[in-house]
Amino acid sequence: MSGSVALPASVPGAARRRRVFADRFWRAVLGLAALSSVAVTAGIVAVLALESAPFFAHVGLGRFLTDTVWTPMFAEPRFGILPLLAGTLVTTAIALSVALPAGTVIAIWLSEYAPPRLREVLKPALELLGAVPTVVYGYFALLVVTPALQRLIPGLPTFNMLSAGLVMGLMIVPYVSSLSEDAMRAVPALLREGAYALGGNKLLTALTVVYPAALSGIGASYVLGIARAVGETMIVAVAAGLQPNLTVDPTEPAATITAFIVQVSLGDLPHGSIGYQSIFAAGAVLFAITLLCNLAGHRLRRRFREAC
Amino acid sequence: MVNLAAHASLHHAPARAIPPPPLAVSVVPGRDPAAVPGRAPRGAAPAITDVKLELRDFGFAYGSHRVLKNLNVAFENRKVTALIGPSGCGKTTLLRSFNRMHDLYPGNRYEGSILLQPDGIDVVAPGVSPTEMRMRLAMVFQKPNPFPKSIFENVAFGLRLRGVRRHGILRDKVEQALRDAALWDETKDRLHAPAYSLSGGQQQRLCIARALAVDPEVVLFDEPTSALDPTATLRIEELIESLKDKVTIVIVTHNMQQAQRIADWTGFLYLGEMVEFDRTEKMFTNPASELTEQYITGRFG
Amino acid sequence: MRSLQQTIALRRRQDRVFHVLGALCTAAGVLVFGALLADLLWHGFARIDWAFVTSYPSRIAERAGILAALQGSLAVMVVTAAVAVPLGVAAGVYLEEYAPKNRLTAIIEINIANLAGVPSVIYGLMALGVLVYVFGLGPTVLTAGLTLAALILPVVIVATREALRAIPRSIREASHALGATQWETVRWHLLPYSLGGIATGVILGLSRAIGETAPLVTIGALAYVAFPLPGPIRAEPPFLSFAWLDARFTVLPIQMFNWVSRPDQAFHANAAATGVVLLGLTLGMNAVAILVRSRMRKRIQW
Repeated sequence: MSGSVALPASVPGAARRRRVFADRFWRAVLGLAALSSVAVTAGIVAVLALESAPFFAHVGLGRFLTDTVWTPMFAEPRFGILPLLAGTLVTTAIALSVALPAGTVIAIWLSEYAPPRLREVLKPALELLGAVPTVVYGYFALLVVTPALQRLIPGLPTFNMLSAGLVMGLMIVPYVSSLSEDAMRAVPALLREGAYALGGNKLLTALTVVYPAALSGIGASYVLGIARAVGETMIVAVAAGLQPNLTVDPTEPAATITAFIVQVSLGDLPHGSIGYQSIFAAGAVLFAITLLCNLAGHRLRRRFREAC
Repeated sequence: MVNLAAHASLHHAPARAIPPPPLAVSVVPGRDPAAVPGRAPRGAAPAITDVKLELRDFGFAYGSHRVLKNLNVAFENRKVTALIGPSGCGKTTLLRSFNRMHDLYPGNRYEGSILLQPDGIDVVAPGVSPTEMRMRLAMVFQKPNPFPKSIFENVAFGLRLRGVRRHGILRDKVEQALRDAALWDETKDRLHAPAYSLSGGQQQRLCIARALAVDPEVVLFDEPTSALDPTATLRIEELIESLKDKVTIVIVTHNMQQAQRIADWTGFLYLGEMVEFDRTEKMFTNPASELTEQYITGRFG
Repeated sequence: MRSLQQTIALRRRQDRVFHVLGALCTAAGVLVFGALLADLLWHGFARIDWAFVTSYPSRIAERAGILAALQGSLAVMVVTAAVAVPLGVAAGVYLEEYAPKNRLTAIIEINIANLAGVPSVIYGLMALGVLVYVFGLGPTVLTAGLTLAALILPVVIVATREALRAIPRSIREASHALGATQWETVRWHLLPYSLGGIATGVILGLSRAIGETAPLVTIGALAYVAFPLPGPIRAEPPFLSFAWLDARFTVLPIQMFNWVSRPDQAFHANAAATGVVLLGLTLGMNAVAILVRSRMRKRIQW
């Protein structure tokens, strides 16, 4: 059938061995690369555990969790995590009080009301909000939002949790709205039609049918939004101040766990000192919180995918 | 003539006098070639004298579900054998077993053996490399699936895999393959145009050219014309007829008239078993099994 | 019990109200963002001139510039890309094309999903403990690149997997049916066809990395760098120098952070200008990624 050069039925010895070797070689190399992700996690867990262990041994978990003052760099240091936790919780709460309602409303509107062409434009526009570097958001919070708030709330200090929390909320809105909207759009038309056929309007259908049906996906977006807020660093570092302060008053300055880590890193950190170890202790707490959130969000997202 | 429902009478001495050549493929260096896995014991032979492929108690299971069972059939060398039967009865599964396509997906299990002559290699033996088998048994798929490359590169890919580097040789073999696939005249001026610029029928002929370029011994066709219009179908059928003396062809088809048109042998598969396997003319004019008769007269589909 | 007409009217009113509410919310989000952008541009755009881009930081606000930060960001990005791309693409290819569906693979996949949600400052802590001290690499450009590479690794892996998933099974089967090994199928078909999707993911990952502040501060990047990075070209053979990998550095977001933290108003203008540059880079990269994605969609349609 062929022309002048005949081909062997399959490739002779040396070439075949080379192909087999190449196949095995690259499989091994690629497999190692896949393990690199495990190595990163192992590195994170190892570092947090090993560097904070002496800290907890020295300070004791009880004092850590109950003392109300956090001054690890002082001559007479105190190691209560509560002020940092309070800072994190208050800013997160403010952020969520903006992001969750706004994000949900936007998601419902985009998925049930907005004309498709408008949606095509708005969705990426919203996602741009998530692409902005957080230090730029910090700038906004300190130099734009705070002065504006100071006109509404006289006596508002330059550094305050309210401003940081609000801007953080703005940043998180696309996380919530994008994932929730995906979840809602994935709800089969059949379910909606059932509600419409009974005479429901869009709002009723959205609230009684679509939202519950997409609940695991929406819940996943909420939980991931929480994780994002808890882990946010620069907005609070710039706008909320770096002074640990045990308070729930949002008009006061405070430091979050993340801001504390940055603040200490900006200064001198002798390796192995208690100050050095304290940032790992703080990091360990932060990692634990966000890990729980991420696992919960992942579990919810998987349930949403299976239900589809 | 040959009704495999009574296959017990087939076990008599082989008519082949020439001993199979030393195996180049599945031999592990240093091992005794006579003890190689995959070489079937001598003794079983069908009444077809020039056998290319032989199923011996072949079966296939996916998970716990047995899709094929008890297949004992021989495919004649350089002839067209068609596999017909209702949907879901295992025709494509059997076809894809010949070139070990099932190995690509987890959960599959072969049973028995498929012997490739003249070597006597068991295609589905665990020690036999699927890649090696696929280099000897080519496949053309139901929906044309050319690569998103140029026409030339599509045909040349198999050649490059086999180490053909020199552009002169590549060009010659690509041209020969396109001629064999009756596509040369339509493509000789645009060999470097994207394959996707061809029509559906042309793309399928390109896939055939791609398969032919590497001189396979067997070409497996999986309902090659079901996605094509009647004109294109006719051209492909003519093409298959023209290839008959060069390669052994096994074709799965839904279209019984197609089987009658182009196949020398036909096998009727029903619920994973080969109900009847005979010369095409005999099967369609005087089928031995009532089930076959019901199927070809359209009693069920 | 309300009459039917009343109910219908109520429902219609509800829909109208919510429609307005939803549109307002969305508009509010976009508009507030626009307002913040406008403020940034207002205060910062004028400050950007050739001197700004080519000067080092200084105690005098008007004379300070972002040259050191630009050098640092560029250098760090080069290292990040050089590490994250091969590692991430290779891992993505393995997980999508090779990995058997077993426990280990599931663990790796969960792990990657988790890593995507870990706060960036924790990557900084990891790098501080492991790279700066255990490996002794110090607070250098190399360490920063490795840190950010670890940060964007999940992004690259996911982008690679999605790009590979878009390739139809029939192409894979065609390649295998011709006798190609798994690696040959990956190398000659799957990788070339997925390059567009991978490139999009890589660019998006890098656009995130360029704006990261916290992890780099944590590993000890400087806030005030008034000297240049050693250049990559040398006068003597082999003409390439890697001294820049071992240098201390700063990056654009840290420079902005430094300036915005000062009480002096004049530095705030510098911060705004840096913000404009950063945003321009980030949004520009996003735009390039979108362009690559649409160009690629036009070329190969499955």
